[in-house]
Amino acid sequence: MARYITKRALQGLIAIFGALLIVFVAQRLSGDPVALMLPMDASEADFAAMREALGLDKPLLVQFAIFLGNALTGDFGQSYQWNAPAMGLLIDRLPATLELAMAGLFFAVLLAVPLGVFSAVHRGGWVDRSAKIFAMLGQAVPGFWIGLLLILFIAVELQWLPAYGRGTPAHLVLPAIALGWYPVAAMTRTLRSSMLDVLESDYVRMERAIGLPERTIIWRYALRNAAVPLVTMVGVYFANMLGGAFVIEVVFAWPGVGRTVVDAVFARDFPVVQAGVMLSAVVFVVMNLLVDLSYGFIDPRIRRG
Amino acid sequence: MVEALSYLSRFGIKVLHRNKVSSGFPYVASLVLALVVISALFGPWIAPYQATSISLADAMTPPAWLDGGSAAHLLGTDNLGRDILSRIIAGARVSTVVAFYAIVLSGLIGTGLGMAAGYFGGIVDAVISRIIDTQMAVPSIPLAMLFAAVLPPGEAMVIFIIVLSYWTWYARIVRGEVLSLRERDFIALAKVAGVGTPTIFVRHLAPNLLNTLLVLATLQFGSVIVFEAGLSFLGLGIQPPQVSWGGMLSDGRNFIEVAWWLITMPGLAIMAACLASNLLGDWLRDTFDPLRRQVF
Repeated sequence: MARYITKRALQGLIAIFGALLIVFVAQRLSGDPVALMLPMDASEADFAAMREALGLDKPLLVQFAIFLGNALTGDFGQSYQWNAPAMGLLIDRLPATLELAMAGLFFAVLLAVPLGVFSAVHRGGWVDRSAKIFAMLGQAVPGFWIGLLLILFIAVELQWLPAYGRGTPAHLVLPAIALGWYPVAAMTRTLRSSMLDVLESDYVRMERAIGLPERTIIWRYALRNAAVPLVTMVGVYFANMLGGAFVIEVVFAWPGVGRTVVDAVFARDFPVVQAGVMLSAVVFVVMNLLVDLSYGFIDPRIRRG
Repeated sequence: MVEALSYLSRFGIKVLHRNKVSSGFPYVASLVLALVVISALFGPWIAPYQATSISLADAMTPPAWLDGGSAAHLLGTDNLGRDILSRIIAGARVSTVVAFYAIVLSGLIGTGLGMAAGYFGGIVDAVISRIIDTQMAVPSIPLAMLFAAVLPPGEAMVIFIIVLSYWTWYARIVRGEVLSLRERDFIALAKVAGVGTPTIFVRHLAPNLLNTLLVLATLQFGSVIVFEAGLSFLGLGIQPPQVSWGGMLSDGRNFIEVAWWLITMPGLAIMAACLASNLLGDWLRDTFDPLRRQVF
């Protein structure tokens, strides 16, 4: 187990280094940052002084080393728009994104677990067939369009819930549904197929033979084992959502990481964009590592192996 | 080339033949995809109006079946009086062109690297696999933001961004398939017979990967359309006046309280195209590889 974790952690570090390299290359593609920072009438001497101050006159490799050093301390430069540290700005927005991601996942799991279990237990029944159609739609319909439709029907027509912004729990409902929309479909199908496998296993047959009530078998024993792939999915989706639910946050004017990064793209506020990419990459790698670790706790066979 | 064509036609006949035996060919899905492609190719000749022609007198006409609707604008018009049906037909072109280039390019890059990794193994495999891992560790949407911030927007940028995140799918799957293919006798025999590596790749490996690649490409058609629509919706992808479904959703969003059809119609187009490609892709997968058929 320890060797496995070390190997995964190393792979994660390589991935983060790769992400830093991509960000650095993209930064060079963005052209001369000095031209953006200085007034139009700045002299050639001002340019040279600024370049030296930013370290842009040094060789590329040295620049990359400086960039890496700064990145390790979470320093991606100052936001041009807000004149504040770019990473700090995003960390401030993280609670809003976290809140939305947790609500979205809660909605997804709340719907996917009963749907997946019922579909497997009553295979071919009406729940199974509707869940299949629902899953197909879920994969084909973009979440942000569902968001627009929810705003149209629930917020504008029926006026049941607010459409934009953050504040009360009511503000959370529509964006959470839109964000959880896609995972529901994927989770339902995954849980259904792993549940079908488990229900045919020897120990379930054994439990039936000794006369345990079907309800106990399904919800207490079978679900626990069938849920292992679901845990992976929850981890992966959570990682994705924490990096910022970009389009959903824009649709619902949700003041999270994703919307801040999108705004930064429009404002050519490159430090914030860089910090955003690195934040999602780090969160993604760390979450995946945690999912791997959690396997050891869920399934003791992996811990021993 | 000739061999590839003859293979494709034999393969097509096989599919058609099998189709008579196994039922369930997704006719509706194929029809929808055909409509999308026809709109993309012949849009300007089919569309009732020019997609960008403005007519303020007709602004905000609801769809034909509603009060105030008119048969002249079947799906209604937007705030500038532009015909929604014509714009959806025009949007099909962008979606199809972007999806086509994105899938072909990521397919070529991913297949090439995946074949090299699987066939040569060792250090080549290690390097390519690490690149794939790294690419997959950076979620695709933040990556898209990064390049949207530095590259000029438009079709080329959207294609580049999609290729950047999608090639890994081909590379991973092809690598896995080649790992098992290279152990097969026909590859060993070809090697013994002194066939060169490039020939082994093109004549012996590639034809065996074609089914897998076709399934993956079909399934990705829908996913690429959704990705492009998301970027264009944010204003980072296809730029007006070029018409795209995502851009239409973004325009319509400002009038969500007065004209529901502006956000509904382009969304339905995205849904239909994506659903159709998923259904056809699933069917192809089941047809080529009955063993991996999902238990429904």
